[in-house]
Amino acid sequence: MSLKDKLVSAYFAFEDNLEGNSPIHKMRNKAMKRFEEKGFPTKKEEAWKYTSLNSVIKHDYSIFPTREHNVELKDVRKFFLHDIDTFKIVFVDGIYSSFLSETTHDNMDICLLSAALSKPKYSAVIEAYFNKIAQKDSITSLNTAFAKEGAYIYIPRNKEVEKPIEIINFATGNESALMMQPRNLIVVGENAHVQIIERHQSLTENPVFTNSVTEIFAEKRAFVDYYKVQNDKPNASLLDSTFINQDTESNCAVHTFSLGGKLTRNNLHFYQTGNHCESTLKGISILNNKQHVDHHTLVKHQAPHCVSHQDYKGLYGGASTGVFNGKVFVEKQAQKINAYQQNDNILIDDKATINAKPQLEIFADDVKCSHGCTIGQFDEDALFYLRSRGIGKKEAQALLMYAFANTVLESVKIPELKRRINKLLATKIGVSIGFNV
Amino acid sequence: MLQVKNLHASVQDKEILKGINLTINPGEVHAIMGPNGSGKSTLSSVIAGKDTYQTTKGEVLFENKNINDLDPEERAHKGIFLSFQYPVEIPGVSVTNFIKTAINETRKAKGEEPMPASEMLKLIKEKADLLEIDRKFLLRSLNEGFSGGEKKRNEIFQMAMLQPKLAILDETDSGLDIDALKIVANGVNKLKNKDNAVLVITHYQRLLDYIVPDFVHVLIEGKIVKSGGKELAHELEEKGYDWIKEELV
Ligand SMILES: Nc1ncnc2c1ncn2[C@@H]1O[C@H](COP(=O)(O)OP(=O)(O)OP(=O)(O)O)[C@@H](O)[C@H]1O
Ligand SMILES: [Mg+2]
Repeated sequence: MSLKDKLVSAYFAFEDNLEGNSPIHKMRNKAMKRFEEKGFPTKKEEAWKYTSLNSVIKHDYSIFPTREHNVELKDVRKFFLHDIDTFKIVFVDGIYSSFLSETTHDNMDICLLSAALSKPKYSAVIEAYFNKIAQKDSITSLNTAFAKEGAYIYIPRNKEVEKPIEIINFATGNESALMMQPRNLIVVGENAHVQIIERHQSLTENPVFTNSVTEIFAEKRAFVDYYKVQNDKPNASLLDSTFINQDTESNCAVHTFSLGGKLTRNNLHFYQTGNHCESTLKGISILNNKQHVDHHTLVKHQAPHCVSHQDYKGLYGGASTGVFNGKVFVEKQAQKINAYQQNDNILIDDKATINAKPQLEIFADDVKCSHGCTIGQFDEDALFYLRSRGIGKKEAQALLMYAFANTVLESVKIPELKRRINKLLATKIGVSIGFNV
Repeated sequence: MLQVKNLHASVQDKEILKGINLTINPGEVHAIMGPNGSGKSTLSSVIAGKDTYQTTKGEVLFENKNINDLDPEERAHKGIFLSFQYPVEIPGVSVTNFIKTAINETRKAKGEEPMPASEMLKLIKEKADLLEIDRKFLLRSLNEGFSGGEKKRNEIFQMAMLQPKLAILDETDSGLDIDALKIVANGVNKLKNKDNAVLVITHYQRLLDYIVPDFVHVLIEGKIVKSGGKELAHELEEKGYDWIKEELV
């Protein structure tokens, strides 16, 4: 049975446990119908031209883990940024782990989507925001149909969350192959500030397939600083779709660090609906072996006087593949916006490939849009400079790779995260020299 | 220490060095002057091992061994240092981390243990003080956004840290203000001893008032066409290069 067929029949069973004819239930039915019609995307679709899911969807995944699994804190502690200095929402094989989580807080909601979907207290927010900006493409629809668990974060107006929130999804490997579909809803109220770190972490060599969807709403003057740490095991694949809606004068940044995993697809959409907002999209991909990372970004400028800034760096070794497709869409009314996009890539090995494509569609006349894309090897002068100081060729290359990737780190605002990523980069690149930034 | 014998070097089939002869002994200071584009930086790069240039004829000996086939890092390990005319910006790597790496890679190549952290710190402090470099400056990314003068001073800081046998200073004076020039020259002089040597490349006699050369060479169109003592630099400052070119024809 194909994964699609399996999902379709699993949905019937899942649906039986849902309460009657609620609006959410209807939403799910519609979403499932869309998935049934379209199925998993194939290379025939323009947006999936360079990314084939065949090697991912061939496994026989458990869709709902049969029992709860526990992991020991000592085994996963290293994946947490801090023991106490962060809030944590932790899921193990898709199920909330209250033991590993740390959500004690006042006057804001850092809790679970399952609770938000079922308790009347949250219904107004759910009605106003849930599935309002998620796209209707097949994988997002699939997630919507099954959306059951994930982080629900509601930061009321004027609240500055005092520490970062970590959302971590562990896969234990107790299932021989596991599919998970976390669904996050994040609403950041007027003038509220929040920092969030999202991580999908398999603890096993077994195949893991995650189809994650996150909706983020930044109200007026809200400040959202979001980090995605993608350093998963070689047999874990991730489809990550993130949709961000920005109201007037809000500021949202998403940094994506793609270092591990087998196949990763990032769909990152920003919708600027209010004036004077600022969007930042940055990413580093460092790949080797047969890893595949596909960044599809969309910035939709729908309002005037906004800024968007994209900076993606890629280092491709082995027989890895990178894809960058950055779309900037400027609607007619979005005058005086400034959209900047830069994508720089270095191919380390002959067998590595990168497919990079900027896509600009501009319907306003008074705008500043720029994009640049480079694909290159190492800068010979820089290499010579380092080598003339006694640094060997391999180390000099590593140092340059590190320096190349490092510029994306500049804007990371959580010092401990910066330190960690820095170390991950150095390890991945194979720089043996002790860096401390 | 260094012997350059009938050195010819080309880039993309264009010959730039056309038979250079130069001998530098321990304890000596040599200066090379010459018009723009005459090949001064090319000569420095070839001695330091840049493989963009092909040595088509002749050889470079360092401590009596032919180094034509050595990589830049191997030459550095032997004690050759080049202060770049245009130091390269390396964002994301701090000066301190860079110099630590350079020192320890050199020690590794010689089969030595890495320098203990405390010793490294002491050395950094000592050399930074010598060149009047603010310690905060050393935490910045290598050359990124440095002013012209800061870049040059940083080159000499690296030289002071690495303590080479032969230091080639390619237009280290350009971009330095008068005070900085004195500080840098003073740094170079303090590091100078009877066992090491310096080759300075400059357009201006002024630097040579501070770093006093034993020999001055004039490089024109890929050849050393005249050599003399330090008074030659004065003469060049006064009269330019035309009279030498005239002498040649
Ligand atoms: N990589 C290269 N490719 C092509 N031409 C080169 C290259 N390097 C040097 N040249 C040429 O060789 C000649 C000598 O250059 P070089 O930089 O050595 O001059 P220089 O004496 O240092 O000049 P300046 O006083 O301006 O620094 C110039 O004509 C230069 O354009
Ligand atoms: Mg020069």
